[in-house]
Amino acid sequence: MPDLGATTPAGTPGGETPVLELDDITMAFGTNQVLKGVTVALTAGRVTALLGANGAGKSTLIKVLSGVYPDHGGTVSIAGTPVVMESPIAAARHGIQTVHQRIDENIVPGLTVAENLVFEEIIRGEIPPVRSLRRLLPRARAIAATLDLGWSDSVLTKDVFELGIADSQLLLLARALSQRPKVLVLDEPTSTLSAAEVERLFALVRRLRSEGVAVLYVTHRLSEVRELADEVVVLRDGRISNRQEAPFEMSAVVRAMLSESVLEQSHELAEQRGTAVAIGLRGVQLLPRCTPIDLDLRYGEVTGIVGLIGAGKSELARGIFGVDRLRSGDMTFEGRPYRPRHSQDAVRRGVYLVPEDRAAEAMLPGWSLAWTATLPFLGSVSRGKVLSAAKENRVGRDVVDGFGVLATGPSQPVDALSGGNQQKVVVGRWMRAEPRVLLLDEPFRGVDIGARGDISHQAHELAAAGACVVVLTSDVEEVRGVADRIVVLAEGEVQLDNYTSEIGDDAIITSMSEVA
Amino acid sequence: MSGNMTKLARARGSQVKKKAVVGTGGLTTGQRVQDSVVKYGFIAVTVVLFIYFASTEPAFATQVSIFQMLKGAAVTAILGLAVMFTMVVGGLDLSIGSTAGLSVQLAAMTMVFYNLTGSTAVIVVIVGGLVVGLLNAFLIVVCKIPDLLATLGVMFVIQGAKLIPVNGQSISSGMTLRNGATAPGKFTADFLTIDRGFVGRVPVPVIIMLVLVVLAWFVLSRTTWGRVMYAIGANPQAARLAGVRVGLYHGLAYVISGLLASIGGLILVSRIGQGDVNAGASSLLEAVAVALVGTSVLGMGKPNAWGTLLGALLVSIVLTGLTMKGAQYYHQDTAKGLVLLVALLFSFTISRRKVRYTPAT
Repeated sequence: MPDLGATTPAGTPGGETPVLELDDITMAFGTNQVLKGVTVALTAGRVTALLGANGAGKSTLIKVLSGVYPDHGGTVSIAGTPVVMESPIAAARHGIQTVHQRIDENIVPGLTVAENLVFEEIIRGEIPPVRSLRRLLPRARAIAATLDLGWSDSVLTKDVFELGIADSQLLLLARALSQRPKVLVLDEPTSTLSAAEVERLFALVRRLRSEGVAVLYVTHRLSEVRELADEVVVLRDGRISNRQEAPFEMSAVVRAMLSESVLEQSHELAEQRGTAVAIGLRGVQLLPRCTPIDLDLRYGEVTGIVGLIGAGKSELARGIFGVDRLRSGDMTFEGRPYRPRHSQDAVRRGVYLVPEDRAAEAMLPGWSLAWTATLPFLGSVSRGKVLSAAKENRVGRDVVDGFGVLATGPSQPVDALSGGNQQKVVVGRWMRAEPRVLLLDEPFRGVDIGARGDISHQAHELAAAGACVVVLTSDVEEVRGVADRIVVLAEGEVQLDNYTSEIGDDAIITSMSEVA
Repeated sequence: MSGNMTKLARARGSQVKKKAVVGTGGLTTGQRVQDSVVKYGFIAVTVVLFIYFASTEPAFATQVSIFQMLKGAAVTAILGLAVMFTMVVGGLDLSIGSTAGLSVQLAAMTMVFYNLTGSTAVIVVIVGGLVVGLLNAFLIVVCKIPDLLATLGVMFVIQGAKLIPVNGQSISSGMTLRNGATAPGKFTADFLTIDRGFVGRVPVPVIIMLVLVVLAWFVLSRTTWGRVMYAIGANPQAARLAGVRVGLYHGLAYVISGLLASIGGLILVSRIGQGDVNAGASSLLEAVAVALVGTSVLGMGKPNAWGTLLGALLVSIVLTGLTMKGAQYYHQDTAKGLVLLVALLFSFTISRRKVRYTPAT
């Protein structure tokens, strides 16, 4: 089957044989045809960016490549020879290493950092399973050194659980590189990294490219594509909808990713200014050893709180939501003292939080859409503690219809949905319940441009209707797109607080890296 | 640690097994057969065994024998419900056997040592069960000790502590006390009807069992409390961030467990008619087993009341059938173990759905 919409021939420049060729790859789950004939070639020393909205088939394509789905249609060839990727181990043997987006599926909690670093060797039996940690350390140090992680032995002997999300990501990357891959697949590698770490990753990808590694780089961020990629391939609905060599015409890329309806929605949002204070913070210390801050979050505007990882954003959000106690200081809600002892206190007042890590903090394995949507508001779908399935389904349908969730119905398990649709469910369940204060912690992580536009738009509407909406993120571009007012946090302190139209990106970025 | 490794391996395995197929409803015939085997297989096994025993042993399917089997299942089923509630919140109450044993002794002490009425004994026993439940809840929720370890500790403490006031002796009416006097009281007649009485032709323990199963089913699947408990078992973090008071309901599950265990103990002591110090000790594993069997029934993949009842009934059917066929008492444990393993095969091996029970440690 020919590639639909391919703008350039599939051949590669210079006449080199591609390291890896995917020819007419198809894949279906039940009746759901996810890949409908995808042909891609990866060449040594080139970075190919793979773009596509959530549910376009990116993850499935990567899993075919990494041997997770051996039942796919079409052929995979390595250096011109067809091969069968019957398992992840087979893929690794063919020189393909993949760093998947879901970190928790790939690190082994309970083992040390060092053991996780040498995990590939342990799996393959090259390192006997019974071996003292001390004797693993030299190899682990060597692997960590490939990325200049600078981890001391005390870090290497820690339980991997103690690493932050960004460090875990780097660990997985180091592990993949330690296998000297011919093809490296990176699935949204920057979604959890801070700016400095992103720079380090980019430098590394460039180095790998110069060393002749073929890189398949999956991302949602166009700026990364412009900066890194030699070629871009866009997937839409299981087919390739656009293919370009650098320099790229980005508007064509975006058009190829999105369906028309989404494009119409992503218009500029008018800046709103609120007056009445919803949440007031006085003398609140976010991180140990930092100066206490004062901050007012107002009704009628979207406040964007920007900061790098570890700037105190999540601490702030969790403190207001009553999940964690604030270190010091007082809060007010509508002028009255507010001291939530647990999240239920916050929910009762209409103060809601959409947490940062969707998989770990919002998803209930096996739970239906209706159950997930109603969990915070069981009182409203029950009478005298007895649940009404009809009311629950109504709420579920509300979320599906009101937030454009692609789902078969309220009884579909949420974990069967794509990432962006999962996020719409966990954001939608709070948005439909008349929030007074809605805290969105990294709401756009792993979410495609379409879903991002939807969520931004809904946040804006909520604020226009009088709610206090707070978006916490580390992405300057994202915060500009959604916030009326921007507050920059660095190391737990407010560095900048102004209306979006009155500050430039440079000012934001400079103050984000401010150190007291 | 190794649990996580196996989970990882299993997740990988199940992904690999997914087939790209086209068929009605998106499933192959094979998958649909597989699903119905998981869903109804266990019930089918129960029915087949029942028919087999009924056709080979004339005494098996009589009304008397059926009620006897139901009655035999009562204590196990009720203790199974107790464990089930803690499994729902992602824990496991190891102290239920010793709580049931404590109930046996408290009832015997109240009536035999202190010569009080049967209803007083019932109240003492229930209070005892609630106290154990609260103690577990305190250790787990407030002191943050992992469920398995806290209840393991409590199990040993109860087992040992209850021996102290009786010098390690079983209590029976007319026994000689420490001061040389004869124990003044005895098991009252009304207390003994808990196990031996009938309502119409149905034994009282069967009624108690059915009432508790229906109640447990209702609470778990029809009320907000049950929903919240399942949420805690599914992902305590996500539950907390959805505004659920995780500690409160996690603790509540243990209090319910203590209460149910003491009710199971009441039936047990009424059955044996004396304060046997060893009573209840063996019931823990059986209760855990039937609750686990319950997770596989109807392909629910999570702890549930009807499944637990069915598990207890199957154990009872197998034991009765084998006994009629001349099996010795020492064959019983093997039989129970096999029942459990067959059930686990249904839920873990044949099921395409991931089972939602992983005990917290």
